[in-house]
Amino acid sequence: MAAGSNIAPRAAVSQHALHAWLLLLPALALLVAFTHWPALATLIDSFFSTPRGSRPGHWVGLENYQAMVEDPVFWQAVRNNLWFAGATIPLSMGLALAMALWVNERMHGRAFLRMAYFTPTVLPMIAVANIWLFFYTPQYGLLEQITGAFGLPSHNWLGDPATALACITLVAIWKEAGFFMIFYLAALQTLNPSLKEAAAIEGASRWYYFRRVQWPLLMPTTLFVLVNAVVNAFRLVDHVFILTRGGPDNATSLLLYHLYEVGFKFWDAGYAAAITVVLVVVLASVALLQFFVLDKRVHYK
Amino acid sequence: MGAGNLPHQGPALYSVSWLDTAAAWLLALLWILPLVYAVWTAFHPAEFSTRFDLAAPWTLENFRHAWQAAPFARYFLNTTLLVGMILAAQLVLSTLAAYAFARYEFRGKNVAFALVLVQLMIMPDILLVENYQTMAKLGLVDSLLAIGLPYFASAFAIFLLRQTFLGIPKELDEAARVEGASALQTLWRVYVPLAKPVYTAFALVSVSFHWNNFLWPLIITNSVESRPLTVGLQVFSSVEQGVEWSTITAATLMTSAPLLLAFLLFQRQFVQSFMRAGIK
Amino acid sequence: MHRKTFIQTLAVAGAVATIGMSGQALAQAQVEVPFYYPVAVGGAIAKTIDGFAADFMKAHPGIKVTPIYAGTYQETIVKALTAHKSGKPPATSVLLSTDMFTLIDEDAIAPIDQFVKTADDQAWLKSFYPAFMANSQTGGKTWGVPFQRSTVVMYYNKDLFKQAGLDPNRAPQTWKELSEAAQKLTRKDASGKVTQYGIQIPSTGFGYWMLQTLTTPNGVLLANDTGTKVTLDNPKVIEALDYWVNLARSGVHPSGVVEWGTTPKDFIEQKAAIIVTTTGNLTNLKANAKFDFGVGQIAGNVRKGSPTGGGNFYIFKKSTPAQQQAAFEFIKWVTQPERAAQWSMDTGYVAVSPAAYDTPVLKKYGQDFPQALVARDQLPVSVAEFSTHDNQRVTKLLNDAVQAALNGSKTSAQALKDAQREADRLLRSYQ
Repeated sequence: MAAGSNIAPRAAVSQHALHAWLLLLPALALLVAFTHWPALATLIDSFFSTPRGSRPGHWVGLENYQAMVEDPVFWQAVRNNLWFAGATIPLSMGLALAMALWVNERMHGRAFLRMAYFTPTVLPMIAVANIWLFFYTPQYGLLEQITGAFGLPSHNWLGDPATALACITLVAIWKEAGFFMIFYLAALQTLNPSLKEAAAIEGASRWYYFRRVQWPLLMPTTLFVLVNAVVNAFRLVDHVFILTRGGPDNATSLLLYHLYEVGFKFWDAGYAAAITVVLVVVLASVALLQFFVLDKRVHYK
Repeated sequence: MGAGNLPHQGPALYSVSWLDTAAAWLLALLWILPLVYAVWTAFHPAEFSTRFDLAAPWTLENFRHAWQAAPFARYFLNTTLLVGMILAAQLVLSTLAAYAFARYEFRGKNVAFALVLVQLMIMPDILLVENYQTMAKLGLVDSLLAIGLPYFASAFAIFLLRQTFLGIPKELDEAARVEGASALQTLWRVYVPLAKPVYTAFALVSVSFHWNNFLWPLIITNSVESRPLTVGLQVFSSVEQGVEWSTITAATLMTSAPLLLAFLLFQRQFVQSFMRAGIK
Repeated sequence: MHRKTFIQTLAVAGAVATIGMSGQALAQAQVEVPFYYPVAVGGAIAKTIDGFAADFMKAHPGIKVTPIYAGTYQETIVKALTAHKSGKPPATSVLLSTDMFTLIDEDAIAPIDQFVKTADDQAWLKSFYPAFMANSQTGGKTWGVPFQRSTVVMYYNKDLFKQAGLDPNRAPQTWKELSEAAQKLTRKDASGKVTQYGIQIPSTGFGYWMLQTLTTPNGVLLANDTGTKVTLDNPKVIEALDYWVNLARSGVHPSGVVEWGTTPKDFIEQKAAIIVTTTGNLTNLKANAKFDFGVGQIAGNVRKGSPTGGGNFYIFKKSTPAQQQAAFEFIKWVTQPERAAQWSMDTGYVAVSPAAYDTPVLKKYGQDFPQALVARDQLPVSVAEFSTHDNQRVTKLLNDAVQAALNGSKTSAQALKDAQREADRLLRSYQ
């Protein structure tokens, strides 16, 4: 490294280390300030009661967690979020892959397809949620007009707990798939074309080509997209604000939305901290799993 | 079957079935339906927001109405400044950090890197209650800086850049050193130019994320001076007196127009930079 | 020649500097009064507020009023409390009258009484409709000043009434009449799908308020006036909720949970012949409905009655004393009869004082458009809006109960019992 340096090796190493830490400092300081420290502080806060007005909080141990466990709305939010994640992750990834495969082919109007798939990404969710509100509106909404044309019965999509969550999920998938498509598309286009020729020459079917050649080579991208999809499954709540506000009767309450309600509508800081801890633990566990898999991939390179 | 030197997308290989084309088109039409509806409703009077009469008159009234109803110009300005500020900070901070991870050996390196990776999963949004209190203590509530600060250090960017820097051959490094360049100069002259596709790809991701970000800005801003577009739109469309789709869609189109146009014009470059960035 | 120009230039410069400095001094002496208000999509309403601010500033040059548009009532209270907790609240804000207990608990607001000093001020404070003061006073003090207050009314489509053979100038007066009218007004198409509902009562956003339009006629109050106790599992409350549920079951009312935000549009699109919602929608409907419509008081049962609603002005404690005083001046000014009259005409809210209805403009407006007077005429039988400590949370319990009953996942009795239990637990520490 430092060729021809005449500083003693040990000092050189520590000067080296000092440089490294200086380079790291700004980023690390901010990360600690806004990710690590708040996570710890939240954990600590979750053991205190909520300060009210001029009364400060006091130590209550696990009381907030107990209240959380006994709160049916919390469990509803957990269930909803699991369903939500269980649907958005595979569906948005699968659709993204299909979109990428299609756009990668020589198809009529490829540019239009690509634009159509990606457009949801550039539209802010808050804005499009109102449009989806119209789609789902009973009696004269778009879905209503379509189902009416087919003679199907009317339905209150967002007002029925059985369908409201599905509607929310659909909006999320619609928003995400195009974004993930770009990653897959880029990966597909870097695949060696001779692979395709070789497969064609050997008479392999299209499905075989996909399953045995493309899919394994896309694994790194898939893992990467998976990380994003999991994070988004807990982050994407903007549309809930417009479409259902967590209703009907908490049927579309997601963890982060519930957290917002408890923390900023009810101002129950202690309970909000407990919910945050749960969210962090869930995401951290997934992160740890991913880290070990990603780690192997990094070594692969 | 194909033989010899075929072009990148050899048409003789695996020709596209009509089923594929039909499915792709159907999905595309479904996907673009909200935008189509937005365009229809924004350019027609309010009575036609639920009725699709093709003979309906066109009008710009909704845009005028929306523009006057809320200070969208200010919101635009705020969002542009915000996104620019965040991107600049992210690029600088993550470049320095990635360089440290890629080219330096030091004790605690793995721990530091693990700490960075944590943020990939645990975004500042989740910790909004605590971050809000931090901002309150710093006296920054209701400012653009408060919106951006938690995002300045981007684990995603650090991760990508570290990857890229690791892939740059050490000979280039040594060549620069021989010419007497310091570490920072090497970074600037050798590493940064070679990582340009990554910067472009990341910039696109960052801009589109922060242009659309809603929950954290909602909580941390109160006044018009610091409100970004997303919050402004939500405040604008929250109606006690009932939803008015023609005005809301006009506002939506106005606020999405820059990103939409940018994407339409730069589609190719967008995808290509992702390719070259090797985000695989 | 040179000296003359030089002296002239100096003189001009001096004059400019003096004017500049005094302007600066004036600007520095200006007290800033930012105020959050929760009203809807701009156009007439934002213009009216901006107009008020401008006129006030002309009359009071030392005060700078900045209206900040903050979204719905729910969003505005979040913003106001967020600002308060970070130490920089707005000087004043229009918030739901029901937020009073929460704001007191958070130690966020100053009682209005401490600003009321002269005899004029006292007369002003007494000039409001008593019904509106119910949600504005507690513990012997006044905490909020009525500004955009309402009662709930029934809007009915006169054309559809005529078609159904009903008297277009008479809204249904009792529950029995309402059910019968709704039956006649519900239309189905050939396949049996409903194209027009007789009645529609929204259940998102303000489900508890709509429930009050049924419990008040049934002779029961849902909360006490100190906000420490709620009565939800009373048989009369259950009966009221059941009436609503049965309207939906009998097919004259949409099934499931009905969206607040699209209900006025449903009325305009003639998908519902009668809607129950705030009088604050009146001006919007007047502007957009392409048919003749009437406004009726809430249908009675054992008695007539409606809850009041809407927003009050509050003064925030953490703003400076000068700001608080300035805010008080603004509040006094903007609730004067002339302004209250104009606000009522622009929005449909009830003008907050009887004196406002005696102003020539509002008198004439009432004569030309009598629908505007219905909400006011309901005031003698109006009751306070549901409000307790920890209001957002307790209200959510009640909203959830209403929604659960309406979508059939719980019976009315079960839903209300569960809500009562939870509410009791939450309110225990306030008793």
